[in-house]
Amino acid sequence: MGKRDFPTRMRQDHRVKPSPFGYAAPATVEEALAVLAQVGDDAKVLAGGQSLLPILNMRLAAPAHLVDVNRLRELAYVRAEEGGVRVGALARHVDVERSVPAYDALPLLRQALQLVAHPVIRNRGTTVGSLAHADPSGEMTAVLALTGGSVVAARRGSTRTVAAADFFLGPLESALEPGELAVSAFFPSFPARTGTTFLEVARRHGDYAVCGLAAAVTLAADGTVTAARASYISVGGTPVVIDFTELLAGSAPDESGWHAAGELARQQVEPEADIHASADYRRHLVGVLTRRALGEAAGRAA
Amino acid sequence: MPATVSGMTAVHDTTTGEPLHDVRLRVNDVWQEARVPARRLLSDFLRHDLRLTGTHVGCEHGVCGACTVLLDGAPVRSCLLLAVTVSGQSVTTVEGLGSPEAMHPVQQAFRECHGLQCGFCTPGFLTTAAAYLAQHPSPTEAEAREAISGNLCRCTGYQNIVRSVLRAAEIARERTPSASDR
Repeated sequence: MGKRDFPTRMRQDHRVKPSPFGYAAPATVEEALAVLAQVGDDAKVLAGGQSLLPILNMRLAAPAHLVDVNRLRELAYVRAEEGGVRVGALARHVDVERSVPAYDALPLLRQALQLVAHPVIRNRGTTVGSLAHADPSGEMTAVLALTGGSVVAARRGSTRTVAAADFFLGPLESALEPGELAVSAFFPSFPARTGTTFLEVARRHGDYAVCGLAAAVTLAADGTVTAARASYISVGGTPVVIDFTELLAGSAPDESGWHAAGELARQQVEPEADIHASADYRRHLVGVLTRRALGEAAGRAA
Repeated sequence: MPATVSGMTAVHDTTTGEPLHDVRLRVNDVWQEARVPARRLLSDFLRHDLRLTGTHVGCEHGVCGACTVLLDGAPVRSCLLLAVTVSGQSVTTVEGLGSPEAMHPVQQAFRECHGLQCGFCTPGFLTTAAAYLAQHPSPTEAEAREAISGNLCRCTGYQNIVRSVLRAAEIARERTPSASDR
């Protein structure tokens, strides 16, 4: 074969796909915050890039600056802390998925991560990056919402903690402001005797879910339900959390209860149609998946 | 460490004026270097700058898996990485898996089991399967299917690809006594 040659035109500028951008690869968080403060609002943070790069490649976005945080090794951690799991901004999905302390503290993390795209994408994509991307079909957004977790956003000179309920503002829109970097996320554990699951329906395994949910059911010592909640993806602009506790508290964990919860959820969601599924089909899935997920979660709550 | 830290680039493309970065990568055990814009994808860096055209580029948005390479041993989409981001790291492309004289078990299995037709998707399947089998030496058929679920093939219908992955596991086990040739 030997060396192949390419047309001159191709060699010069057609071999790059994203639009040009200014590039910075800071070595410390402090340096990253200084760069972010300096570049202003037309900047994107690059972590795993598994959602950002497709958008750049297709030129759906053309930020003036890219701040690459892949050298911030200090943020590459997954830690079981008092009351939950803290995930640093540079922890890849695979790190969180495989972490035994994280699984012990909050099995839902691994249950959800196994549905995030494909293993190859999880090798690179970051969990905090998924949250910052705020895709309404992103599994980890539902996990943060269901656990009542939070994101720590840092800017030069200050840091704030944003609760999940305030973090997701709309499709692909988080509460992060220009100049801010999401440095970590905290996922609280559930009380004892809580079972969880993540279920979704996708056209192909690993694709974006047509509908999916994270569910948690807590049982009392006598086996009755004390709390039941679910958080849905792909049926709204942000993760939709529905609390079934009022409906189910005190009752036995059985099919009739899950059925009633499914009906309640069906009535509460307001999904939209797109090329993958009609609104009616999504609503139908909400009912079916709620029933299944609550049953499965309760089965694990013993 | 690579010299691509913020504000350190002084070199610009003479025609476009775009800043250029020195990217140094260990590709198939050989250190290689090129000066490229920050927006150069790893897939294009390999194919255009290093002229390693074994890595194929299909969808360029992370869906098809044809461009899969191993980054420090773990499979990643090279079309979803900037070359400058991974400067200083190790990349294995399909060229680095084996040679016609000393094929990787996965390559031998794909040949034996007719695991390819047009061959466009094959480099991605080979790298993905090689990395998977290194960690899971005895997959079931369902696990083999799951392992390659992120790669698309438009010719084979996947049956022979699944067979190839399972056969590759066998070959690797057969070779285990002399596993040092990998």
